[in-house]
Amino acid sequence: MNLIAIQSIYRFEMARFFRTLTQSVISPVISTALYFVVFGAAIGSRMENVEGVPYGAFIVPGLIMLTVMTQATTNASFGIYFPKFIGTIYELLSAPVNFLEITIGYVGAAATKALIIGMIILATSFLFVDITIAHPLAMLAFLFLTALSFALLGFIIGIWAGNFEQLQLIPLLVITPLVFLGGSFYSTSMLPPVWQTITLFNPVHYLISGFRWSFFGTADVPVGISLIAIAVFTGACMTAIWWIFRTGWRIRQ
Amino acid sequence: MSSIVSVRDLRKAYADGFQALKGVNLEIAEGEILALLGPNGAGKTTLISTVCGITVPTSGTVSVGGFDTQTDFRKARDLIGLVPQEINLEPFETVMNTVRFTRGLFGKSRNDAYIEQILRDLSLFDKKDNKIMTLSGGMKRRVLIAKALAHEPRVLFLDEPTAGVDVELRKDMWDVVAKLKDSGVTIILTTHYIEEAEAIADRVGVIAKGEILLVQDKADLMAQMGQKQLKIEVAAPVTEIPAALSNYGLEADGTTLTYTYDTNGERTGITTLLNDLQNAGIQMVDIQTQQSSLEDIFVGLVKEDA
Repeated sequence: MNLIAIQSIYRFEMARFFRTLTQSVISPVISTALYFVVFGAAIGSRMENVEGVPYGAFIVPGLIMLTVMTQATTNASFGIYFPKFIGTIYELLSAPVNFLEITIGYVGAAATKALIIGMIILATSFLFVDITIAHPLAMLAFLFLTALSFALLGFIIGIWAGNFEQLQLIPLLVITPLVFLGGSFYSTSMLPPVWQTITLFNPVHYLISGFRWSFFGTADVPVGISLIAIAVFTGACMTAIWWIFRTGWRIRQ
Repeated sequence: MSSIVSVRDLRKAYADGFQALKGVNLEIAEGEILALLGPNGAGKTTLISTVCGITVPTSGTVSVGGFDTQTDFRKARDLIGLVPQEINLEPFETVMNTVRFTRGLFGKSRNDAYIEQILRDLSLFDKKDNKIMTLSGGMKRRVLIAKALAHEPRVLFLDEPTAGVDVELRKDMWDVVAKLKDSGVTIILTTHYIEEAEAIADRVGVIAKGEILLVQDKADLMAQMGQKQLKIEVAAPVTEIPAALSNYGLEADGTTLTYTYDTNGERTGITTLLNDLQNAGIQMVDIQTQQSSLEDIFVGLVKEDA
């Protein structure tokens, strides 16, 4: 294992994050703060508790998940797409590194960035709502696994994308709707039965449900199923990346 | 001298069916400078990309330092530095950081003293903290070389390193290449500039349509294939070559007669020509010879293959 190479890729990517701090950190924090103000304080104050939790607090896990998933995906996809776009990918392809090392470097950095932003948003939420975390370790584990799995997905998107438009396509048209419809801002028990069934086909629903359980001890689906869902999703992404590097699809002629 | 790069029956066909390499065989000796000449689309970049691991070969093998580039890719790539044709650099990064990154990518621990020495050798040291985007085109090319040298490679591939740079910088690059050779680095460069190959290469390879047409010592090549011309200035313009001189293939242009001969021929025919000119009553004023350049040889070879 070329550990120095992994470290180099990781540091290089993290340097990009800190170089563009305003874009990387401040903008997601501001937009999340706006969600708290609008949904939590303004609308939430007029709503009943959801599953015994005040609405402002109830949406915290969903908001963190929304940001972590989006950030992990976009950071990882941009991380690998940018070298393709400017041509520096030749360095990766001609260096003594294998697919696993490249993936760990890029995905690790993207997941770290998403985790940092996720933690900042959690800290921000304490300013707006009164919240206690029932299972802090499980919360961190869910956060880490979600950041990792969506960074893997983002990495695949970055390799697949042929232009900047395609780079935005999946996060915008697939991930955001799935997160919104996966129960970020409501409990699925509030939906009509048909929609409850449809929601079960949304993989993001399991992640949000598990994450919410770590906060409040209640969940739409059993925690074990949430963990299995994350494991299956991560495994599928890893398999896809392994296949991409084995065949050179979209990266090696 | 032993081969440090060995290319055996290398073939590359792209998805659209285009055959970029058609069974290339090439042995590159340690410590030499090999210039690969070829017209656009000849397969020069594909050959380099395949050796460096950027392109996957359809068949054939490549070994570098005795290590197969497919099965033992880590050890093989560890020995290779690549300077690509295009200026591919992260624009927002500093010179020092981007060179450091490349060193790390090759698994080498941080060594700023070594990198600083490279930057000094390439006259980049005072730019080490500058962002790439602020550098001139020539400086960026030097950064690419610095990156390629960052992990102390034994073989350096330069894909058209002086394309689009001015004459002064080109000569600076030649000095850099000469220094690298002195330090024991094997250099393979592709170029469109024949004078570049003529100036710095030990051996010259000519590639066209995915095939190596020849690889030969530069001096031997020019001696073997070079033709010489004898230019004879005469007192009065020659409008028609006299019949007695018809066997020499002379070309007349005003007061200049040109005689082309093979330096490897048993006889050059110069003595008899001069005698015959005198007998024909043509008064000679001046005589000079001209050696054909590598460019003439290259053009001749590629034309032959067409």
